[in-house]
Amino acid sequence: MGYSANFRIWRGDAGEGELVNYTVAVNEGEVVLDVLHRVQAEQANDLAIRWNCKAGKCGSCSAEVNGKPRLMCMTRMNTFEEEETITVTPIRAFPVIRDLVTDVSFNYEKAREVPSFTPPENLKPGEYRMEQIDVERSQEFRKCIECFLCTNTCHVVRDHDENKPVFAGPRVLMRAAELDMHPLDTLDRKQLAQEDLGLGYCNITKCCSEVCPEHIKITDNALIPMKERVADQKYDPLRWLGSKIRVRSHDE
Amino acid sequence: MEQIERYKFDVVVIGAGGAGLRAAIEAREKGKTVAVLSKSLFGKAHTVMAEGGIAASMGNVNDKDNWMVHFGDTMRGGKFLNQFRMAELHAKEAPDRVWELESWGALFDRTKDGKISQRNFGGHEYPRLAHVGDRTGLEMIRTLQQRIVALQQIDKKASGSYEESLRIFAECSVTKIFMTDEGENSRVAGVLAYWRPSGKFVLFESSAVILATGGIGKSYKVTSNSWEYTGDGHAMALECGGNLMNMEFLQFHPTGMVWPLSVKGILVTESVRGDGGVLTNSEGRRFMFDYIPEVFKSKYATTEEEADRWYTDPDNNLRPPELLPRDEVARAINTEVKAGRGSPHGGVFLDVSKRLPADVIKAKLPSMWHQFKELADVDITLEPMEVGPTCHYVMGGVEVDADTQAAIGARGLFAAGEVGGGLHGSNRLGGNSLSDLLVFGRRAGMYSADFVDTVEAPTVSDADLQEAIDWALAPFTNEDGESPYGIQADLQDMMNALVGIIRTESEIVEALAKIEEFKVRMANMKVMGGRGYNPGWHLALDLPKQLLVSQCVALSALTRQESRGGHTREDFPGMDPEWRKFNLILRAEGQNVEIFKQSLPMMTPELAALFDEGELSKYMTEEELSSLAQGTS
Repeated sequence: MGYSANFRIWRGDAGEGELVNYTVAVNEGEVVLDVLHRVQAEQANDLAIRWNCKAGKCGSCSAEVNGKPRLMCMTRMNTFEEEETITVTPIRAFPVIRDLVTDVSFNYEKAREVPSFTPPENLKPGEYRMEQIDVERSQEFRKCIECFLCTNTCHVVRDHDENKPVFAGPRVLMRAAELDMHPLDTLDRKQLAQEDLGLGYCNITKCCSEVCPEHIKITDNALIPMKERVADQKYDPLRWLGSKIRVRSHDE
Repeated sequence: MEQIERYKFDVVVIGAGGAGLRAAIEAREKGKTVAVLSKSLFGKAHTVMAEGGIAASMGNVNDKDNWMVHFGDTMRGGKFLNQFRMAELHAKEAPDRVWELESWGALFDRTKDGKISQRNFGGHEYPRLAHVGDRTGLEMIRTLQQRIVALQQIDKKASGSYEESLRIFAECSVTKIFMTDEGENSRVAGVLAYWRPSGKFVLFESSAVILATGGIGKSYKVTSNSWEYTGDGHAMALECGGNLMNMEFLQFHPTGMVWPLSVKGILVTESVRGDGGVLTNSEGRRFMFDYIPEVFKSKYATTEEEADRWYTDPDNNLRPPELLPRDEVARAINTEVKAGRGSPHGGVFLDVSKRLPADVIKAKLPSMWHQFKELADVDITLEPMEVGPTCHYVMGGVEVDADTQAAIGARGLFAAGEVGGGLHGSNRLGGNSLSDLLVFGRRAGMYSADFVDTVEAPTVSDADLQEAIDWALAPFTNEDGESPYGIQADLQDMMNALVGIIRTESEIVEALAKIEEFKVRMANMKVMGGRGYNPGWHLALDLPKQLLVSQCVALSALTRQESRGGHTREDFPGMDPEWRKFNLILRAEGQNVEIFKQSLPMMTPELAALFDEGELSKYMTEEELSSLAQGTS
C-alpha cells in the first residue's frame, strides 16, 4: 500500500524562500498533513506548519496544494497519482511568517470592525425565543471554521494588498450578513458592509464558496442577499427622498 | 540577558478555550486588566472540537429535569468520587451560563416552541444537552471569542484602544510560572512565554494566573486530542507548588475512528448514540445489553424492544445501554474486540444508517457525515462506522477550592476546565465538559479578580527570569542529542501500551521505569534550525511537561488498587467502597513527585438525601452510610 511520494514544499520566511524537494513515505488512508508531519519528524524538524485538530474542525492548516487552497488535514493522498509531485505552498493573500505559516491577523483586525450582536435591550437571558427555520440562515454562516481560505482566494485581495484597507474579505462580510439575519439582532450593518467593509468590491464570482471546506454558500446565501438589501436601502427612491428630507435616517 | 518584552496585567489566563475565555470575560467585567495567552490562534482552541452539546438542566424538552437530577447523574457518572460541592455548583449554574451564551449571540438548535433544544446523552436521565448539530464546541468558542471582541469594542469607545483592558496573545506559549520569594507567603508573580512566530520571550508580571490549559491526551498514541494537549497546566501547577488529584482517571471515549490509521482516534460524537445509533459486534449482536453493571441495572433497558421504544416514549421505558456512561461503553468495546468479535479494523460497528433516514442523519450529525465521507470513504447514511476507544479526557487535574477555583498550595494560581480536578470524579459524563468550562471559568475569573484586590502587584526577579530563559534555550545548545519527535512518539506508544484503558501492576511498574529512561533522553534533546516558528523547538519545550504528567498518571494508577470509572485494573477488577473514601494527591518534592491519600469531603445530608439509600449502599461503606443516616435524622 505504501509508496514514496515526491513533495515540493515552500521553505523560507518573510524575506525569501524556495521550493525544497522531499521524498517521503505515504501509507494508505493518509492526508497531506500526515505526510508533512512525517517530513517534519524525519527530515526537517523545524518545518513550520500551523495545525490543531487534524479533523477539519479548527481551520488552522490552510495551505495551497498544487495551487489549490485547501485544508491539509482534509486533502487525501489518494486524490493524487503516486508519481505526481505534490507542491505545497503557504496561502498567498497573507504575509509569510515561516514556511507554510502565514500572518492572518488581517482577518481578526477586520472582524473587530463589525459591531457585535445587539439584542433588544429588555430581553433577558433565558427569554429568547426563536424558530429553528429562522436561526438556520445564520447557523449556516456560523459553521465557518475561520480557515480564511475564502479571503485568501478572493481576487479583490489575493494579489492586491492595496485593497486590504477598504475590503474586509468574504469571511468578515459573511459575519455582517450573519448578524443581519439573526432573528433577534437590532442593529443595521448594511451601510457598514457597503461603505466600510467593501461589499461593493465583491463581484460575485463565487471563488470563495468554491474553496470553503464547510461548503457554506458564502456568495449565494450571505453576500448576494446582503447586496440586495443594500441596494433596497440605497436605491429605493422613497427611502432616498426620506433620507434627504430627514424623515427617516439613512441607516435605519 | 536579551532584551525582552514585558507586560503587567492583573490577571493572566493561560489558554484560550472555553474556560480561559469565560474566565477572561469575567475578570474584565470585574474591572481587571487581563491577558489571555494561547498556544494557537484565537478561536482554534480544543473546545472547537467538542461536538455533542452543553449539559444544563433547563428542562426545555422534558420539564422533569432540574439541577438535582443533573447533580445526581453527575455523581453517578463519576462513581461518587466527585467533589460534591463542585458537582452541585455545576448543576445549579449551568443553565444560566447557557442562556448567557445566547444573549452573546450563540444560535442553538431550537425546540418547536422556540426554546433551546436539548438532546439525550450517555448517563443523563433527561434530554439535557444544548447543541448546534454536532458542532457545539465551535459555536461556544466562536460566541466567547465574539463576546471578547464586543468587550474590546466597548473599551475602544471609552479609551481609544481595543486592548485597554483585555488582550489576546495568540500563538504565545507559556513555559514557566514564577512565584515570589516570600517563603511561606510565596505567591504567583507572573509567567514566562515565547511568541511562537518569532521565538522571542515575553514576561508577564501579574498577581493572579488562571490555568485553562485543557488536558493531557497527547501522552497517548490513540487520542482525540490535538497537539496542544501536552498537560502544560498540570505540570506547571505541580512545579509551582500546587497539587494534582485523581490523575489515574482518564476517559477513553468509546467511539473514536479506527480506520484509516492516520485518523485513528478522531472523535465520533456520542450524539450518534443519543440520536439512535447502536453498537454491534461482528456477529451482529447489540452487545451492550451484556454489559450493564450492577449499579446501573435499574436504569437501563434489558431488551432491544424496550430500548427502541425509549426514543419515542422515554417516560414509560428504560434507556438503551448504548447510553451507559463512557467508561462502561469503552470497556465493553475493548472486551468485544479482545474476544475476537471486533470489526475488520479492530473496532466494533456503530450504525445509525438503519435507524434514521438519510436526511435526518445529515441534519443532526452533519460533521460526522462529512468526517467519514472525507476521511474514510464511508457514507454513514448507508453503512455502519467502525469505532473503538480513544484517549479523550483527563478527569484528574489541579486540586482547587470548589467555590473559587483557587489552587491548593499555590497562592494566586487558579484552574478551570479540564485542567481542574474534582468535578467529574472518576468519569465525566458527555456534555458536562462544556458546562464545566463555563461555570468554573466564570468562577475562576471572578475570584481571581477578588484575589488581585488583596495583594500588591508582584515582580519577577532577574535571576528567576534568566534561569527560565536558559532552560528554554537549552535544546539549541545540546550538541548530539536526540530529536524530540522520536521521543514523543515513543512516549505515546509506551503510555498506550502500559498505562492504557486496562492496567495491571507489572505493566505500570514497567512504565515508571521507562519514564526514568525518558528523563535521561529528554535532558539531552536537540533541535535544529532557529527560533522563528520552529515546531521542533516548541515540542522540545512541551515534552518535559508531558513526561511529568505521564509520571503522575502512572504513579496514581499504580497506587489505586481498585477499578472505578476511568481507571480499570485487571488485577483489581472490582470497585471498592474503601477506596471511594480517598483521592490520590500528587505533589512535587524537589525533583520527585510524592503521592498520598486524602479523604474525600463528605456529602452534605441535603445532597445525600437526593439518592435512595439502596443506591448509596452500592458505593459507600457501612460506616459512611450510618454517619450519613445520623446527619439526616
